[in-house]
Amino acid sequence: MAVGFIPLVTWLEQKGLKRSGTDQITDLEWDEKVYKMMKVAFIITTTIGALTGVGIWFSASLISPTSIGALIRVFYWAWFTEWTVFVTEVILIMIYFLTWKNSNKSLRAKIRHIRFGWFLSLASWITMVIIVAILGFMMDPGNWHSNPNLINGFTNPLYLPQLAFRTPMAMLMAGMFGMLLITVFTMYGTEIRKYAVKAISKWIILWAPFTLFGAIVYYKAIPEGMTANMSTAVGTMDFAQYYDLLKYFIIGGVSLSVVIAVVGLFKARVIRPYMLVAPVLFVFAFLGFFERVREFVRKPYVIGQYMYSNLLLEEDYPVYQQDGILKYATYTSVTEITEDNKLEAGKNVFMMACSRCHTGQGVNSVVDVFERMLGTKDTLSINMMTAYMPNMHTGRNYMPPFPGNEAEAEALAIYIRHLQDSGEAIEGAQTEGVMINSDYTVKAVINKQNKTNNNEDDK
Amino acid sequence: MKMINSLLISLQTNIPTPVPKDIPLPLPLPEWLLIIILVISFLAHLVFVNLMLGGTLLTLWSQIKGLKDKKYDLLAKEIASTITVNKSIAVVLGVAPLLSINVLYTVYFYSANALTGLVWIAVIPLVTIAFLLTYLHKYTWKVFENNKAVHISILGIATVILLFIPFIFLTNINLMMFPEKWGAVKGFLSAMTLPNVFPRYFHFLFASLAVTGLFLFWYMSRKNYDFEKLLPGFTRYDIQRKGYSLALIASICQMLIGPVVLLTLPTKGIGWNLILVIFTGVAMALPAMWMMWKGLQTSKENIGKNFYKVVILMTITVVFMGSGRQIYRANALEPHQKLVKLRTEEFEKIKKEAIVKSKQQQAAENSADLSLADKGKKVFNQNCAACHKDKDQFIGPPVTEMASIYKDNKQDLIKWIKVPGKKRPNAPQMPGFPQISDEDMNTLTEYILTINES
Repeated sequence: MAVGFIPLVTWLEQKGLKRSGTDQITDLEWDEKVYKMMKVAFIITTTIGALTGVGIWFSASLISPTSIGALIRVFYWAWFTEWTVFVTEVILIMIYFLTWKNSNKSLRAKIRHIRFGWFLSLASWITMVIIVAILGFMMDPGNWHSNPNLINGFTNPLYLPQLAFRTPMAMLMAGMFGMLLITVFTMYGTEIRKYAVKAISKWIILWAPFTLFGAIVYYKAIPEGMTANMSTAVGTMDFAQYYDLLKYFIIGGVSLSVVIAVVGLFKARVIRPYMLVAPVLFVFAFLGFFERVREFVRKPYVIGQYMYSNLLLEEDYPVYQQDGILKYATYTSVTEITEDNKLEAGKNVFMMACSRCHTGQGVNSVVDVFERMLGTKDTLSINMMTAYMPNMHTGRNYMPPFPGNEAEAEALAIYIRHLQDSGEAIEGAQTEGVMINSDYTVKAVINKQNKTNNNEDDK
Repeated sequence: MKMINSLLISLQTNIPTPVPKDIPLPLPLPEWLLIIILVISFLAHLVFVNLMLGGTLLTLWSQIKGLKDKKYDLLAKEIASTITVNKSIAVVLGVAPLLSINVLYTVYFYSANALTGLVWIAVIPLVTIAFLLTYLHKYTWKVFENNKAVHISILGIATVILLFIPFIFLTNINLMMFPEKWGAVKGFLSAMTLPNVFPRYFHFLFASLAVTGLFLFWYMSRKNYDFEKLLPGFTRYDIQRKGYSLALIASICQMLIGPVVLLTLPTKGIGWNLILVIFTGVAMALPAMWMMWKGLQTSKENIGKNFYKVVILMTITVVFMGSGRQIYRANALEPHQKLVKLRTEEFEKIKKEAIVKSKQQQAAENSADLSLADKGKKVFNQNCAACHKDKDQFIGPPVTEMASIYKDNKQDLIKWIKVPGKKRPNAPQMPGFPQISDEDMNTLTEYILTINES
C-alpha cells in the first residue's frame, strides 16, 4: 500500500505549496487535510501492515512448520534482504510523517519535506521491486533446488509482468482509498473538497490504463507457469473456471474506478464518502484475487518439486512407501500395524498424511470428500477407499501422493469409515497432548547408539 | 558419550522425551554467526518492547494520578506520544530474532509453538488490537476531556493486552528448551506452569520499567524539548529525578529477582560459562546503580553528568544478560541436539538405501521386454487406477466392462477417454484426459481391450 499512497500524498502536499499565497509557506487548510490522510495511512501501515508481515511468520510456522523451516534455510538471505528493506521503509515513513508538522515552519523546510516524500516514494517502489523478485524466486518450481541464486528472482519470466501489474495497481488503490479519505475529511460543498476530488480523479484516470495494461500482461504470463505444474483436466478445470472469473474481475475493478474518477473530475460535487466504500473494498479484493492465483499454481507442493503440502519431502517417499510412514514418525502411538490396532494406526496416519488440509468433520472434511466423490452418503467401502488412495493423486492433481504402504492405506480407510459412522471430532496436541514413538525417545536413541558403539568396539 | 549417558540419568521421568527428526538442509550461516545475530537482534527488539510496555504502564499511572493533579495528566500525554513510535520499531525489529531463532532452533521452536498453538497465534490479533487502542487513546485526548473514565479504560485494556503478550513469548521460549516436557504439556495453560516462566516474567517487567526510566530521563532532558510549554507544573529536574528513581528501584528489584530466576532454572543448562557471564553482567550494573543513587543526591546542574556512563554500563549489563540467556539455551539443548542429529543421520542413510532399492525396481521393470499391453498398463496406473479396477466395480466401471463395450472399436474408446459423457446418474462425472499423448493412448487402449485375454 505504501508504494501507491506515499507518492499520492507527496503529490498532494506539493499541490498545497502551489496553492499557497505569496505570504504563505503552504495552503494550511489543504495541508491539514493531506496530513490527516497520511495519518490514517501511517496508523494502518505501522499497525496492521507491520503485523501482517509478522503474522505470516506466526501463522505459517504454526500451520506449515517444516516448510517454513526448510524455506528459511534456503532463502535466508532473501528474507534477510526483505526484512532490511522493510525496516528501512517503515523508518523512512515514520520520519516523513513525524517531521510533517515541523516542516511547516519555513518554506525551505517544507520543500525539503516534499523532496523527502518523493525520495520515500522511490524507496517504497524499490522495496516492491526487491520483494517481488524474492517472491518470484521462491515461487519458481524447483528452481532453488537446482540453481539457488537470488538473481534468478529478477530473471524469471513472471518478474517483469508482475512488476508491470503491481506498480500501477498500487497507484490505483491509493487513489481510490485517498478519494474515500478526502471526502471524509472535507465538508460537502466546500471549494477545497471540489478541488481535492478533482485532483485525485486525475490521479486515478492517469493510472487506470497502466493498471489494465499491466493486468493483461500478467494475466497472459501466468498460464505458462500454471501449465508447467498441472497435467490433468481436473486441475485445469478448477483453475480455468477461477481464471475466467479473474478476467471479469479485472475489467470490473478498473472500469468502476474509472467511472468514479470521471464523475469526480467533471461533477466533483456528486461524490460522497458512502459511494466509495464498496469500490475501495472491490479494488482491494481485486489484488487479493490475483494473489490467490499463486496458491493454485503451487499445489500439490508447498515447496515446488521438494515438499508436498502434507509437509513430507518428495525424496522421502520411497522409504515411507516401502517401510510405512508410522515407523519413522516421532509422534505416534503405533509403529507396527496388527489386527488389533488398525483403527488407532489409521488415526495416526490421518494426522500425519491428511490433517494439514482435511478435517474429520469440519471444513474440507475427509468424510465429505469421499461421500461427494461417490455421490452417496451410504456407508463408505473400506476396500474401495483402500484401493483408491494409493493412486488418488493421479485423478486429483492438487493432492500429494499417499505416502504410506498398503497396510497403512487400509488402516486409514478403516479410520475414515469410523469417522463417518461415529461423527467423532478429532482433538489436537493442545488438548490430547502427544504420543511419542517408543523407538524415538531419548532412552531408545541412546540405547541404540550404545549398541552400535559396542558392536564397533567388538570389531 | 558421557554427556549422553548423564542426560539419560537426569531424565528419569514417567513421560518419555521425544527425539524428532531435523530438516536435512544445511544452515545458511555458521552457527556462531547466527547466534550473534540472534542475540543482538533480540536485544534491539527487546529494548523497544521494554519502552513500549514501560511507557504504557507509566502513562496509565500518570493519567490516573492526573485525575487529582492536572499536571500529571499532561505528563501522561507526553509519555503516551512516545509509545506508538516505540511499538512500531519493536514490531519491525522483532522479525530478525524471529527469523534467527527459526533457523537455529527449527524443530524446538516449532514443537513449542504447536503445543501452545491457539494462544501463540493469538499474539497477532492481540498485538493489533492493543496497537489500535493505543492510537485511539493517543488521538482522543481532547475528545474524552470530560469523560476520563472511558479514556483511561481504553489505555487500561491496551495495557492488559500488552502485559499478556510477552508472557506468551516467554512461555513458548521456555517450553522450547525442555523437550522432556513436550510429552506432558497440553496447551498453553500447562506450558506456563513450567519452572522459570513466572520469575523470568517479573524480571522482564522490572527491566521494562528500568529502561523506560532511563529513556524518559533522556527524552525530557533534550535541549529542544520545550519543557516549560509542555509540562508546566514540573521542572526538568523533577522529571530527571523521577526517571532515575524509577530506573534505580526497578534495577534493585531485578537484582532481588535475579537469583530466583537462576534458581528456578533446571540445572541441566547451568554451567560455569553461564555463571561467569551472569555475574560479570551484574558487576557492570553495580557502578551504574551507584551513579544513579549519587545522581539523586546531587543538584539539578549535575544530575545529568554521569547519565551516559550509566547508559553504557547498563547496555553492557543487558548484553551480558542476553548472552547468558543464549548460553543457558545452548547448554540445555546440546545433548538433545546431538540425539536429533544422530536420528536425522540414521534416517538419511535408510532413505538413501530405499531410494536405491526403488530405482533398482524401476530399472528392472523398465528393462523387461514389455508388450504393448504392458506399456498400456503403466499408463493406466498413472492416469486411471484412481477410479478404475481391472475386474471390479470401483469409483467407475471395471476395465472388463470397457473391453466388452468397445470390443473392436478402439477409436470410440479413445474419444470417450478424451471427452467422456455421463452414463450412470449415481456415479461421479469422469474428467477428460485430452492431455494423454497419442502413443500412450494407443498402448492404454490396447491394454483395456485385451484385458480379457490375459
